[in-house]
This record gives sequence, structure tokens and C-alpha cells, in this order.
Amino acid sequence: MKYSAKVMDHFANPRNVGTIENADGVGEVGNPACGDIMRFYISVRDGRIEDVKFQTFGCGAAIAVSSMISEMARGKTLEEASRISNRDVADALDGLPANKLHCSNLGADALQAAIRDYYARNGDSAKRRAEMPPVLEERRQEPCKCPYCDIEVPRGAPFCKKCGAKI
Amino acid sequence: MPSIEPPAPHRDESSPHVPTSGPGASPKQVNPMTQDRIYMDHVAAAPLLPEVLDAMMPYFREHFGNPSSMHGVGEKAEEALTQARRQVAELIHARSPGEIVFTSCGTESNNFALKGVALAYQNKGRHIVVSSVEHFSIMHAVKTLEKMGFQITHLPVDGTGRVDPDEVDRAITPQTILVSVMHGNNEVGTLQPIAEIGRITRAKGVLLHTDAVATAGVIPVDVEALQADLLSLSANAFYGPKGAAALYIRKGVRIHPLLDGGIQENGRRAGTENVPAIVGMGVAAEIALREMDNRIAWARKLQKRLQEGILERIPHVVLLGHPVDRLPQIVSVLVEYVEGESMLLFLDMENIQIASGSACISRSLKVSHVMLAMGIDAALAQGSLLFSLGKDNTEEQVDRVLEVLPPIVQRLRDMSPLYKKAARTFRSSADAGTAGPDPRRS
Repeated sequence: MKYSAKVMDHFANPRNVGTIENADGVGEVGNPACGDIMRFYISVRDGRIEDVKFQTFGCGAAIAVSSMISEMARGKTLEEASRISNRDVADALDGLPANKLHCSNLGADALQAAIRDYYARNGDSAKRRAEMPPVLEERRQEPCKCPYCDIEVPRGAPFCKKCGAKI
Repeated sequence: MPSIEPPAPHRDESSPHVPTSGPGASPKQVNPMTQDRIYMDHVAAAPLLPEVLDAMMPYFREHFGNPSSMHGVGEKAEEALTQARRQVAELIHARSPGEIVFTSCGTESNNFALKGVALAYQNKGRHIVVSSVEHFSIMHAVKTLEKMGFQITHLPVDGTGRVDPDEVDRAITPQTILVSVMHGNNEVGTLQPIAEIGRITRAKGVLLHTDAVATAGVIPVDVEALQADLLSLSANAFYGPKGAAALYIRKGVRIHPLLDGGIQENGRRAGTENVPAIVGMGVAAEIALREMDNRIAWARKLQKRLQEGILERIPHVVLLGHPVDRLPQIVSVLVEYVEGESMLLFLDMENIQIASGSACISRSLKVSHVMLAMGIDAALAQGSLLFSLGKDNTEEQVDRVLEVLPPIVQRLRDMSPLYKKAARTFRSSADAGTAGPDPRRS
């Protein structure tokens, strides 16, 4: 088996699967053609993530990643949760196969999308947006990585300049 | 109607040749096919027949000689090659054993056919026609030829994966030297109209190659009936060893060797022959020919049971491939709203081993080009499951798959955001009385 025991455990017994009615933030990343979609729901209380649920379409790695980050995020402040990186999730799972590190490891992106959604929501949205942790904006600027050779490529680049693979 | 019995099973007792200690020792010396394991991935690899292994063993031991040697030990190996060549020629109804060249694998046979013919006939023309559902060993070989200045035409296929012979006719130009269309597809099982294509290529004086790796030794293959000038086949497809394959090259067809060196294989493939594996291929070919009718009838019976069971028990599943002209051992389906690898992992936990064309399985993370060529949406292709049945699979095993698979699919669908969205549509379309979603892009 090419996955770690931890990945297999989170894949076979995923934590926090489901949806939250009237969630405070919802975020979705991925697309079905590339194989993975993750949708995260959060409820927030006093600046902390009180509950988190997810739905995922994807491979074993994608399901395990979703489950792991849902556990990591629960109870954290929004600022702390925003700082969880995809790399942190992979490390917590005792690693992922190289070719899955970037394509299926979207949990942090999905969680951050849900947190951004929380700040963008109505009511006192302007005030909330001002409170948004700067890390979320920084994260949005981070470059993409080629899934095949692991080098940085500019966002929106049609192919990797090193290996020539279409992205 | 006579009842269909399973073909002769693998012998139960372990082979005396398997080491019990040291490197290569097998901890469990029982027949892999009779354990609890349910193996339905025979297009990837098939178990070796025990009688084939028995026939191979002397060529690792006392008859280890080099067929090119002048002495008795070499002669013994040479005789074995001659016999295997005859056995393989008979399997595909070649007129002469001299038309068989042994290679190391199906990929080599395909590369040899395309590059060898391209180089030998480049002064006649530099245009080659292939289908768009070929194995990578064809698809990537023509990419290399394209870089060398050859022109390549990729023929489209219909929704069942079939090439239209009229398209072949239209694609051929005065520059065309070779048409290569596979006999049977390893991912969806669709059989191509090779005999019809062969009539066209023969009439136009163009060579025809067919990749019969998925079909030779499985269903009847007759190079005369197909009018093929070159044909690739591999031993492992019919329970022979890995490391042995062949290219049929019709007498009179010129070919440039891929490997330069000695004059083995009549100067067409240099390098000392893999005698034990070739002996195994010969014996496996002879047994395949003898047992073919039984094996086909058994595979058809299991195929019907499996595909009908899946379609009946799991909603929103699409059966792939041609409805009639399809390999008997292949059941290829698309399960909507879930991804193939996660289904495979859950099945593996239940000791059921199958394959999938999902992007997440392939190391390149790309969806199967075969399904894309058939017009299947990339998202839907992610839910691919590929069962390839073998002669030792049983009806009980099929029933076990049918019992285990539906809850796995349901579990993953319950986790899938796509299913939740689609579930609303099902309700409204059920009210309207419309059929399920169409797999094709509109």
C-alpha cells in the first residue's frame, strides 16, 4: 500500500463528514475533472472554530486530508486555523505520495476558503473583513506548484516550465 | 442449453520448485487464486499456469544454454525456441513459425512494429495512421516518430470506442505506410473491425499492424482472417510468464530492428533470447488454444452476472464498451459522483482487487485517454471501475463483489458534494420521467 497507516485510517474512518446547517462559512476548492473537490463548513463562536464538517469527492488522499484538517482546525482561533498549511496536513498524515502532495492536498485551501467566506458574509461584513487575519491574503498570493516535479510555477500558468506538463 | 462449467483450475498443490527460504521465498505456498482473495485484474497481470512453470524450469537449470552456441547445451535451447515459435504461430494461425519474432513484452512488440516499419519504409512515405484509443506503447511511439518527422493521423472513435473503417479509408494518403489499430481495448473491452480495416489496407497497399495483446490467447485471433501484416501479442495475457511476448511479421514485410547486435531472431531482434520465458509462452499458447472455448464461455457467464448485478444494484452507473463486440472477460463501468481510487481502496480492504482508469490512479494523474476519446466527460471518467475476469474466478466471487460494492459506493456518495447536488436533480427528473444522465458530452 502506497499510503501511510495514518492516511488509511483517516480514509477508512473519516472524521467530521457531513454538512452544517446555517454554517457561518462555506468554502469549496477543486474541480471534478482533476479528481478532487472539497467543501468545508465551519461554525464560529467567539473567534474560534466551534464545529467543522466536510464533503469530499476524491481519492484516498483527498478524503484523508479533509478528515485530518477538520480535526486540526476544530477549537482553533480563525487566525490559528488560517495558518495551517497543506504541508502541515501532509506531515500530520505521516506524508503523502509525491504525486498527491499538490493535487489532493487541498484541505488547507478549502478551510481557508471557508474562513474567507465567514469574513465576507453579510451583516457587519465590512468590519469583519477588516479583522481578517493577514495570513489569509498572503496565502492567496502563494505560488502554485507543479504536481509532477514540485517546482513553483506562477498562478494561472498553462504548463510547467521545467517538465512541460500541462497544469 | 448445456451448463457452463469453469475451465480447468490452477492446481492446488504448491509447486515443488518454489523456494521455502532465502531470497524469493514465498511465505504462503498455496495457489493465489484459491485463497480468499478475489482477483479481477487479469489485464494487468495474470497468474502463471503451474504446468507452464513446470515446462520452464528445466530451461533455468539443466538446459540453460545459449541458443546461438554450437554445442549440445545450446542446441537444446535452440530446439525449445523452435517449438515455442511453432506453438505461438499456431495460436494466431500464422502460415510459418518464421513469421514470429520473440520480444520481451507487448510494449516492445508495439514499438518494434511502429518504429521498425517506419524506418524500413520511410523512403516510400512518412505517414502513419493510428486510432486514438491505443495503448501508450503505440501513442508514445508515434509521438517519437512525429519528432523524427513522420506525420501521424489519430482516428476518432465512437461512443463505444470503435473506429469506423471508412475513416481509415479516408485517412490513407499516397504517403501512408502503416495503419495501426488495436484488436481489443484493454480498458473498455471493445473489439475493433480489424478484418474490415484489413481489406482496406490490403486494397490500398498499406501495411496493417494490430495490437492484439488484450485478445491473443483470449479469443480467436487469425492473422489471415484479420489480414494483419503485423500483430503484437504477450504471454501474460494467457497465463504465460512476464518477459515473453512476440511480434508477428508477415513474410515479405520489411522491418528495421530496434536492437542492433547479433543475428538472433533472424537478424530482427538482437540479444540472447529469454529461453525459459519463451518456452513458457509456447506452452501457455498451446493450452490457451485448447481451452479457449471453455474459457470464453465461462468468462461470458461471469461477465453477464457481474455487469447485470452492478447495473441492477447500483443506480447511476454506466456500462462502457461495445454492447456486442466486446472482450468476454472485461466489465468496465463508470460510477457517478465518486472517484475510482477510493472505491479501489475500500475493495482492497475486502480483498477484492480490480483496476480503474481514474486520473488519481495513474502516476501521471491524467484521466484515461481512451475514455476521453470516447467522448466521456473527464469528471465522470473519475468514477471508472475496471474488472477483468480470469478463468479461476467463480460465480461466488462475483456475488461477493456484488454484495460488497453497493455499500462502498453509497458510503462514498454520502461523502461526495457532487452527489448531494445531483440528488436534487434526480428527484425532479424522476418526477418528469426522464432517463438517467448521459455520459457523453453534449
